[in-house]
Amino acid sequence: MTDHTWGVLSNQAITAAGVVYFLALLCALVEWSAWQSRARAAVGEKELVGAGAPADETDAPADPADAVRAQRAALFGRLSLLLTAIAVACHFVALVGRGMAADPNRVPWGNMYEFTISGSFVVAAAYVALHRRLKLSWMAPWVLGFTIVVLMLAVVGLYEPVAPLSEALNSYWLVIHVIAAIIATGGFTLGGIVSAAYLLKARFPDAALLARVPDLDNLDRVSYRIHAFAFPVWTFGVLISGPIWAHEAWGSYWNWDPKEVWAFITWVVYAGYLHARATAGWKGKKAAIVALIGLATLWFNFIGINYFSSTSQHSYAAPAAPAVVELTEGASR
Amino acid sequence: MSTTSAPDQEKNEGVRRPGELNARELARWGWRQLTSMRTALILLLLLALAAVPGSLIPQDGVDSLKADQWREAHTTLTPIYEKLGLFNVYSTPWFAAIYLLLMVSLVGCIIPRCLVYARAMRAEPPATPAKLTRLPDSTTYVTDEEPAEVLAAARKQLRGYRIRKDGDGDSVSAEKGYLREAGNLIFHMSLIIVLVAFATGSLFGYKGGVIVLVGEEYGFANELSQYDDFKSGSLFAPEDLDDFSFKIDDFHAEWLNTGAGAGTARGFNSKIRYTAGTSDEKSYDLRVNHPLTIGSTDVFLLAHGYAPVITVRDGNGDVAYSGPTIFLPQSQNLLSFGVVKAPYASPEEIGFQGLFYPFEGTVDGEPVNLMGDIGDGSHAMLSLQGFRGDLNLDAGPQSVYALDTSKANMMSPDETGKAFNLRLGETAELPDGLGSVSFDDVQQWNRVQISKSPGKEWALLGVSLALVGLLGSLFIRSRRVWVRARRVDGRTLVEIAALDRSGGGDTAAVVTGLAETLRGARTQEENR
Repeated sequence: MTDHTWGVLSNQAITAAGVVYFLALLCALVEWSAWQSRARAAVGEKELVGAGAPADETDAPADPADAVRAQRAALFGRLSLLLTAIAVACHFVALVGRGMAADPNRVPWGNMYEFTISGSFVVAAAYVALHRRLKLSWMAPWVLGFTIVVLMLAVVGLYEPVAPLSEALNSYWLVIHVIAAIIATGGFTLGGIVSAAYLLKARFPDAALLARVPDLDNLDRVSYRIHAFAFPVWTFGVLISGPIWAHEAWGSYWNWDPKEVWAFITWVVYAGYLHARATAGWKGKKAAIVALIGLATLWFNFIGINYFSSTSQHSYAAPAAPAVVELTEGASR
Repeated sequence: MSTTSAPDQEKNEGVRRPGELNARELARWGWRQLTSMRTALILLLLLALAAVPGSLIPQDGVDSLKADQWREAHTTLTPIYEKLGLFNVYSTPWFAAIYLLLMVSLVGCIIPRCLVYARAMRAEPPATPAKLTRLPDSTTYVTDEEPAEVLAAARKQLRGYRIRKDGDGDSVSAEKGYLREAGNLIFHMSLIIVLVAFATGSLFGYKGGVIVLVGEEYGFANELSQYDDFKSGSLFAPEDLDDFSFKIDDFHAEWLNTGAGAGTARGFNSKIRYTAGTSDEKSYDLRVNHPLTIGSTDVFLLAHGYAPVITVRDGNGDVAYSGPTIFLPQSQNLLSFGVVKAPYASPEEIGFQGLFYPFEGTVDGEPVNLMGDIGDGSHAMLSLQGFRGDLNLDAGPQSVYALDTSKANMMSPDETGKAFNLRLGETAELPDGLGSVSFDDVQQWNRVQISKSPGKEWALLGVSLALVGLLGSLFIRSRRVWVRARRVDGRTLVEIAALDRSGGGDTAAVVTGLAETLRGARTQEENR
């Protein structure tokens, strides 16, 4: 296969992944609506009887209509997971294709488009991988919706043809440093989704729409476990491998480059999150808010600094425009 | 007051107004506030907030050129920003205040915890609580086994736990995950190592840049006067500069001529020869991402460019300017801008500013730079705007890369007002017999950064230790498990409870798991 066909394959695989993610999202929404109607029915029953046990996943449903709904939820939940797994595989092919299309072959995270598709891959793949262990199946619509939106934005707004790496990026630290950043970004994003769900569930505990979302303690624990995984990866990425590479490429290990500053801010905010969970009065809601602030700083660093900062050496969003337009005109005429 | 015991004091504080705290109490109250977790948390978030402006406003220490441009563009805000130190956020007193307070809070928090930990390491697991079923995660079951048998089986199952020796007769108290707190303490102490190492680097270190022409007759010796720009910490002394010198024998860049990055360079390689102190000359291939370390100083290749050799003759035919002239790249394909000043030309001062095209092609009648690879030089072009008259050099120091044309007049080869466009080897006559300008040759230059950051190994060690400690503090589960077995109504009532001290563990699973194993073990024995 030539570089060109690899590039075409990558683009087609991204499209295919997007379509399958969308089908998975539809299945997940059917599952959610089944849960919603179960919750509504349970509330109705409760009001009818006056008192009674709330609907529980483990309880054998007495009502035949509820049994049908539970069955439907389980079926579409499984279908959604299966489709997500297929989409993740397509997504992976797209990443491989991107790396193989470059000459020389390289890791598929040399520009923002590639970083974005790699990051969203981590989110989706982590969801599939952890879905049993952390019982994440309730997250399906959130993760899928997020992944689809991000992939669309990447394809529409960030797409760039495959190009070789610029000299400063051409280092094995690109593999180490950026893979840590991508994994941590994916992890923090997944954790942020759980924290957002926590805040919604805390605000609307009885909403039928949120019936599929587990209880607050569970959400808090899952959110913590995901963040506790992502934080050391982020520490390694921005405070160990980043400075080592900065020292080799730019001559000093910490330059107060805007990207570094924001990576540090993100680190500090997430350190705050881990402390908040252990501090009386900050547990739960406040900790979840801190986690979401951390996620906001993370994304701002990725999007905002690349586009708006003129002084960052990390500005890979667009090649530097020549700053001599008026001189060119004067000198050449 | 000093003789009053602590509880009395606290009682009294309820009655007295806060203003009546004496100095010692106030200090103690302040210290307690500062070292509380809540304060540390707020300081941590404040540090994040305080770091924000430095990333949005151009910083003198990061990009002084951008900072100066910003100052010129915002005349109203600049004085206010200057007062607040917003162009040097990371060395302002208010930024320092936050991280120093954080450090003090950290130390104040860590030292007592170290002492507590040292005691805890030697101590036995705590006694079994009286009412195990009141704990959030607990279970009970009834069996016909003797209590002692159940407890013995439980002791066997709780492998890896530290078990309280005496027990309380009817119970087992077990604890594990002591290293979690050790990891936590290591993490926080390592942060102090990092901070001290970083401070050492910023106080004693330096970073300087210099443009060095490629060639035998040029070179660099590590002296302050040789640097184009130089930034150093406040405790740095010029004697700290390591004694070395180097020359760049050859520079080679690989050019991409096809594909998306066409016209730009990859794979820079400078062949340099260097001498450190009194030692022999050595050679090194200096490349991007592959610095040269001489003693404790590092030498980095950052950029490269062209230096056209330009000769200016004045009206008398005397050489008024001659030599390789460094042109600064304006884009990735090395379209470069440069300046020539010939203040001693007669009858009038002569100056030029303009662009160097390494590989020029004409598109719609306009010159365009197609790529950075100069090849054999046949497509290289200099396009210079000429000026005559006063170059304003008496007004004060000027950048060699800028021409002050405020008092000078433009001059052109003819009436059309065009620039002097020169191919390699060409000479253009200046109007009115002012002389000539010729483009003789092209040389290359490298921009080299030289820096010394003392303590960088300590910083790396500190941050690596911090990561190890962090992993320990996050993933080692600290857990207490209790099993009590006693006779109730002729049978044995077994109570099992667990408490997770790490906040994240699933203790319910531990409790049910242990209960199942203990019951399962009995069932198996019965079946045998």
